[in-house]
Amino acid sequence: MKVIFKTSYDNDIDLHEDGWARGKIALLLAVMALLPFVVGEYYLAEVTNTLIWALAGMGLMLLVGHTGQASLGHAAFLAIGAYTDAALMNIGVPWLISFPLAGIAAGVFGAIVAIPAVRMSGIYLAIATLALFVIVEEVIIIAEPITGGVGGIFAPSIDIFGIDFDRYSNLDNFYWLCLVVVALVTWGYANLMRSPTGRSFLAVRDSEVSARALGINVTRTRSLAFGLSCAMTGLAGSLMGHYIAFFNYELFSIFISINLLLVVTIGGLGFIQGAFFGAILISAVPQVISILRDTLKSSAGIDLSMPGLDTLIFSIILVTFIIYEPNGLYGRWLKIRAWFQLFPLARRDMFRRQKTYVKTERMK
Amino acid sequence: MEIIQLIVGGIASGCIYGLVALGFVLIYKATEGVNFAQGDMMMLGAFIALGLVNSEYGALAFIPGVILAAAIMGGVGYGVDRFVVRKIFGQPQFALVILTIAMGFVFRFVAGAIWGFTPLVLETPFAGKVFDVGGLIIGYEDVTTIIVTALLTMGLWAFFQFTKLGLAAQAASQNQMAAYIVGVPVHRVNSMIWALSGAVSTIAGVLYASKGAIDPNIGLLGMKAFAAAVIGGFGSLPGALLGGILIGVIEPLAARYLPGGFSQMSPYIIMLVVLVTRPNGLFAQIYAKKV
Amino acid sequence: MSLLEVEDLAVHFGGVKAVDGVSFSVEEGEVFSIIGPNGAGKSTIFNLISRFYKATRGTIKFDGQDITALSAHDIGQLGIARTFQNIELFDHSTVLDNLMMGRHTHRNTNWVQDMLFLPSVRREERGHRKQVEEVIEFLELEAYREKLIAGLPYGVRKVVEIGRALAMGPKMILLDEPASGLSVEESQEVAFWVEDMRRDMGMTVLMVEHDMKLVTQVSDRVLAVANGQPLAMGSPAEVQSDPQVKAAYLGTEVDA
Repeated sequence: MKVIFKTSYDNDIDLHEDGWARGKIALLLAVMALLPFVVGEYYLAEVTNTLIWALAGMGLMLLVGHTGQASLGHAAFLAIGAYTDAALMNIGVPWLISFPLAGIAAGVFGAIVAIPAVRMSGIYLAIATLALFVIVEEVIIIAEPITGGVGGIFAPSIDIFGIDFDRYSNLDNFYWLCLVVVALVTWGYANLMRSPTGRSFLAVRDSEVSARALGINVTRTRSLAFGLSCAMTGLAGSLMGHYIAFFNYELFSIFISINLLLVVTIGGLGFIQGAFFGAILISAVPQVISILRDTLKSSAGIDLSMPGLDTLIFSIILVTFIIYEPNGLYGRWLKIRAWFQLFPLARRDMFRRQKTYVKTERMK
Repeated sequence: MEIIQLIVGGIASGCIYGLVALGFVLIYKATEGVNFAQGDMMMLGAFIALGLVNSEYGALAFIPGVILAAAIMGGVGYGVDRFVVRKIFGQPQFALVILTIAMGFVFRFVAGAIWGFTPLVLETPFAGKVFDVGGLIIGYEDVTTIIVTALLTMGLWAFFQFTKLGLAAQAASQNQMAAYIVGVPVHRVNSMIWALSGAVSTIAGVLYASKGAIDPNIGLLGMKAFAAAVIGGFGSLPGALLGGILIGVIEPLAARYLPGGFSQMSPYIIMLVVLVTRPNGLFAQIYAKKV
Repeated sequence: MSLLEVEDLAVHFGGVKAVDGVSFSVEEGEVFSIIGPNGAGKSTIFNLISRFYKATRGTIKFDGQDITALSAHDIGQLGIARTFQNIELFDHSTVLDNLMMGRHTHRNTNWVQDMLFLPSVRREERGHRKQVEEVIEFLELEAYREKLIAGLPYGVRKVVEIGRALAMGPKMILLDEPASGLSVEESQEVAFWVEDMRRDMGMTVLMVEHDMKLVTQVSDRVLAVANGQPLAMGSPAEVQSDPQVKAAYLGTEVDA
């Protein structure tokens, strides 16, 4: 059983509780950095895709998991990030400048959306974000000169100080670029959550009334959360654009929005790690399904290539998680870890959920 | 004349949005749950009716076929609540949102698996027949739609106002534990409301199918119905209908008179405008909590 | 000049006059209680002072400043903290996290600094933690530091609620029925804490209470309200023996 002996407040303030935890993260980063030397190109591309989804997932996690604001149309911000980055690069702006600008553009747009959005709550907000998504999609089609309209837009290769980071010609470099971006954003996000800003997000999520009484400006906090969330997602979007290299609005469909929701929900709502777990699931499941389908075909001759099967399986996984493990994959991982840490003294029903009753949300 | 033609057609299609929104608001009013699969329930209801009524499938007479379809879909609604939604009893609203989005995908898959993805046409007794009112052409199906919608809305409103089940449902939506304590069988009430919603969706689906071909993806119309429900203000049945009609009328007018692409966005723009000015819809049902 | 001055305060919800013409002032370092039957408007007065409701009429002055029109979150900055009758804690956080949230009005870092976790942020965090630890010590919550609110018994949650308000380091604290739902022992502890707050922290305490024993034990002055209107104001003994108060709230003696 692991006992952490704390000797100063820093033990609680630090990101990692002790040297072991720090070591584990260092090991993970090392493994990730060495991946291109170990793994073939196909799987490296998949891992890159997973990283990009994790980044997008973190963006949504900040908004939904940590600030309690629904967003069903977050793919809109992926789109804004992608198009801004590609459009700027197409007029000659170097990536090192267009990338942060894309994030800022998405963030600013998010903050503007926040102005009306923070006054809405619950289901109204969810549907408003959905509406927003449809509107952004239409605007992309209409703004043809910038976005290439229905035809699409080409995201030029990334070139930093002469080193080529193009996703096709130099996947290793592109992968490392994504890894660095994701690592930095994760660090910033974790810092945010252990600071007064992060606490104010949680306060607004859990009890708006208390938050007000504690001196937290709820409107401003929500707007900040919106802005940061959309900025993160915008960065992910621009990376996604470069990953695909040539895209149009269909890359950012409503199903992508829903996939993002899946990532944060199945991954574990309210935990940064949840975004990663969810992203891994989103990338892994289609692979597993196609492998299973191929083996079934070759071994038993059963052809299961029906359209919509992927989404069906995702939906069933989602439903199963919501019913049996609302804390998502990360929540399940925490329980497994606790079982091992307490072994053999883990108590049965340690995580048993109490029966809860819901009060109306119309009286807030 | 053209405007009136558009408006009448708009009112009819608005009624369909309104009916779907009605099914949606039914569930919200009774269980405070949000059913994002409402549009897909409408789609499934339409397909079940098609499967019963069309000559190449069930070849039943129209009205009995529709009633049977409504009953079946009611059963599906009951089943969804009984076996899936009930399992997340007590979890926050967001969980249900995700769950119903997933259910929507399942319905779409089932419909696609049984009837395929190519558009099919429902055989209705009023196909092609029209009224000619002084140059104004109104299809039978539009008139039927408007009349049926009006009757259903009034009926449902009366249900919630005056019947025991309706009041019990409202009580359960406001405070589950208190409803239990006074003897309301909350679970069963919820399931019955879902069944009712399923039946209403079927009617909406049949009316929609009477205007054109259907395929498993028409459930996405549900998004517009949500906009309608929001405009009306959640929890308000007449509001949902009003929202639907508003959208139904503005859409064709926008398509006719505004540059392309705007008509697609118009329901959502209206909705956002309403939300910004009256954050809880036109017939708002949010009260301040006493702390 | 009194710390808090309330003049002719009134709020009407439609036709209901929840508070109608209440005036009182609270001196610095005083313990002032408001009593009255349920629905008399006691919590409403609190909500008006902490600006959750907008007054229809009247003024509220704190430390010489007119706060009648301020936003709710500005009230905290001025040094007024409050607890809620129905506990409004953050259920999914630990006791420590809840108390740390109380330090929000003293934060000196913006979100950019927070995101980079500059050394100044770390210094601030240590400072906040130290203040919170003092509150934990005061309320004897050491055993509950890392526990999630969701699993704690009602009595402990009420104490954490008070702790969170104290963590704000306020000049005046509004306690909304601090003893409701508590056992005799726990109510006595509340009485001790209120006295300690006044004596050791120099805090002004404004309290709404039904528990007359607690009220008489700690209060300097009492205001009795009924139907939104003031009935009597004075020392606990004076108010308790006031015939109007007895009729409306305390109960009259039955003729044998």
